[in-house]
Amino acid sequence: MSDPLNTPEDAQQELMAFMAGGQEFCVDIMAIREIRGWTAATPLPKTPGYMKGVINLRGTILPILDLSARLGLGMCEPSGRNVIMVVHIANRSVGLLVDSVSEIIMVKANEIQPAPSVAMDEMKALIMGIIPVGQRLLSLLDVNLVLPEVEVEAA
Amino acid sequence: MSADDPFEAIKQTFFLECEELLTDLEASVTALTFGDGDGETINAAFRAIHSIKGGAGAFGLEELVRFAHVFETYMDELRSGRKTCDDIAIRAMLHASDVLADHVSYARGLIPSMDEERSQTVANELRALMDDGGPVVAAAAPEPNPVEDPIEAEFDFKPVMFDFGDDAGAPEALPPEAWVISFKPHKRLYETGNEPALLLRELARLGPCQVTLDTSELASLAELAEPAACLSWSIVLDAPVEMEAITEIFEFVEGECDLVILPKSDPLADVTDSSADEVDIAALLAAATAPAPAAPAADEVDIQALLAMATAPIAPAPVAAAPAPATSAPATNSAKAAAPAGNAPTAAAGGQASIRVDLDRIDKLINVVGELVIQQAMLAQSVAECGIAASSTVKVGLEDLEQLSREIQDSVMAIRAQPVKSVFQRMPRLVREVADMTGKSVRLITEGESTEVDKTVVDRLAEPITHMIRNAIDHGLEDVEGRAAAGKPKEGIIRLAALHRSGRIVIEVSDDGRGINRERVRKIAVDRGLIAADANLSNEETDNLIFLPGFSTADTVSDISGRGVGMDVVRRSIQQLGGRISIASTPGKGSVFTMSLPLTLAVLDGMVVRAGGQTLLSPLSSIIESFTPKEGDLHRIGARDWVIRFRDRFLPLIDTGRVLGFSKPDSPEITGRDGIAIVVENEGGSQVALWVDDIQGQRQVVIKSLETNYRKVDGISAATILGDGRVALILDIDALVVLGRQQANQSEFKIAS
Repeated sequence: MSDPLNTPEDAQQELMAFMAGGQEFCVDIMAIREIRGWTAATPLPKTPGYMKGVINLRGTILPILDLSARLGLGMCEPSGRNVIMVVHIANRSVGLLVDSVSEIIMVKANEIQPAPSVAMDEMKALIMGIIPVGQRLLSLLDVNLVLPEVEVEAA
Repeated sequence: MSADDPFEAIKQTFFLECEELLTDLEASVTALTFGDGDGETINAAFRAIHSIKGGAGAFGLEELVRFAHVFETYMDELRSGRKTCDDIAIRAMLHASDVLADHVSYARGLIPSMDEERSQTVANELRALMDDGGPVVAAAAPEPNPVEDPIEAEFDFKPVMFDFGDDAGAPEALPPEAWVISFKPHKRLYETGNEPALLLRELARLGPCQVTLDTSELASLAELAEPAACLSWSIVLDAPVEMEAITEIFEFVEGECDLVILPKSDPLADVTDSSADEVDIAALLAAATAPAPAAPAADEVDIQALLAMATAPIAPAPVAAAPAPATSAPATNSAKAAAPAGNAPTAAAGGQASIRVDLDRIDKLINVVGELVIQQAMLAQSVAECGIAASSTVKVGLEDLEQLSREIQDSVMAIRAQPVKSVFQRMPRLVREVADMTGKSVRLITEGESTEVDKTVVDRLAEPITHMIRNAIDHGLEDVEGRAAAGKPKEGIIRLAALHRSGRIVIEVSDDGRGINRERVRKIAVDRGLIAADANLSNEETDNLIFLPGFSTADTVSDISGRGVGMDVVRRSIQQLGGRISIASTPGKGSVFTMSLPLTLAVLDGMVVRAGGQTLLSPLSSIIESFTPKEGDLHRIGARDWVIRFRDRFLPLIDTGRVLGFSKPDSPEITGRDGIAIVVENEGGSQVALWVDDIQGQRQVVIKSLETNYRKVDGISAATILGDGRVALILDIDALVVLGRQQANQSEFKIAS
């Protein structure tokens, strides 16, 4: 996956914007495999609170992660209006439970500003930068880091 | 290396074949070691080496060819009876097959360098055995491993003749002046597109040939109804070539023709017709078939047998060793070889037809079949929910479909099932090497080699078994003095056995060594801070301490084992396969390591239960019984532990929902809820009861790994997809028991503090 911070200044980047925990985020669209509606997950024992459990994605077991809880924005009580973004990280597929998916935005590398140091610990660790779009402010998420335990094993 | 390169692809196939051939060779040599080999065993070993040599020649693997050639020649001496197959010979064969395997590995690029010195030494050893009078060498050969004595071997036994000799390369055995060859193609030879004329032309290149066509069997044109093989040739080859040069020409039509190759001045002919110097091949053939007129298959002449006969005259031991009268010796031989096979090809050409398929393709098929089974179950469930009458065609059709899909699944699984033989056969070499290194005398006994298990499991068995055998030899068995002091035979026994037990494969590695020194194990565990100094452990628990990470009982770290990672690594690799390992040890008598693994990593029979509001699956193989407890069956022991009465015994009771954290912390205790107890047995053989809310039924499920997209979860071995498309978790019984114990301890601790 290309690193948006290290691409040439005027290179365009496609990002998927979405809502989680009432805030706006975006990720590199290349990381997203598909977007699907919420289906009840089977909870896993002995896992962190942000792990919603696993669902059946056409025969494979897909872990579902509550992105809002992962970012420290409070647990999401999923309903039919929530969506799951299936992302591919470190050879694994993971479903990210978010509030909603809004749009695809085109961003130049120089429009991405470094994350301010005021953010909470959970946020700061996962945010690669911030992108002002009109009146809105989107945080660019590093999906590679959302599954900490997997990250450790994959390394 | 590029997969597009066809030559490279063929080479890879050759290496795969080599692997099989080496396995065959190992099997033959092992059979000989145990004294249950016969002439055919030596023949089989010879064929394996010959095939490797042949293939290696085609790929220009010179070093491999050179070594294989020496080995092959030696085997030829053995099978012709010129040299006796005694202990020394077997020892040499063992070394040679190890070196041959190394050569193959090196050629394949699996090992970085070839131990040329060892190769030379072993080759010299073989040559020495061939050169010398045999028994003299045998008697003089020192007890220690000749390999350790390369210089002496090199100087003492350096052969002069050998490099120029070929198949019949014993110095005194010069090839005969001329050969008489009788060649009668079968119909099959023509069908496979072979052309006798080309073979004859090849033959003519070896020297002047006098070819006679025998048309006596050719029917008249009127009677000639269908394509048949009626022609035969007898050839007198007037050249002092090696037998091998002739057989090589006919190599590709082996089994598709009757071929008799005899030296022109063959004493066999003398026996048949004491006055004749010239051999009448037709007569000989006739004589061969005549004594067995009842068996028409006798015209299938076993080439190997005849080859052996043909080389016999130059052997010191006469062929008359055959019990049958000399005249009919070839006949009995060929008849014997042909009779069991009936009209089928001779043994040499036999063997079951098989194809090589990429594992990926099979895996894909298995995945799809797994999906099919799930879909079928989902369909059945929706139909059931519709309330269609049981006798309706839809229901009947669905039942048939269910049976079919199950059959497909079983068949697909069977494709992947492989005997553990391939792993077991790698072990004799390991045992030899470790025994040599430790200076112990070890005998390996294997049982249940044909036990079948899924390919993925077979492939991953080698490492833990290797580790366990090393440990057993290094730590388990006493040295020679120790054994003598304990009144045991000098030779230590390592037993490697495989068997099926309750839907799993059980592999046992046992030794008759000193057993586990529990006091020492305990002391080390305390010293290393693995257990508390006052911990109260049962014998079983003490023995199992050796599986703890960072535990090593070896006082001195040896090359072989004892880096303190051994048993810990073994346990982990087995756990990754969904298996367990346990040890049972009797001081002074030895230890038994038992690993139990699932037969396949793909399907599982399970019981669907509910606990803490979740649907879970318990592997059927570990369930003993389930029952609804009566009043007074449940008792509390201590602060948190519960026990349940089961057949007048009390078993620890594990609240499944609570241990896994599915039940809410404030949910009532076991006694306050309805439920069912499932008695399960863990791999150690001890029983516990699991408390569940409800049992929903029994079903076969396709195992889906949690690790593919996530990671291992405590208490859960894998997941599966139920008929309604939802994911259900499969319980890991042993881990659950451990979790239950931990939680009980923690809560006690909390109360105490």
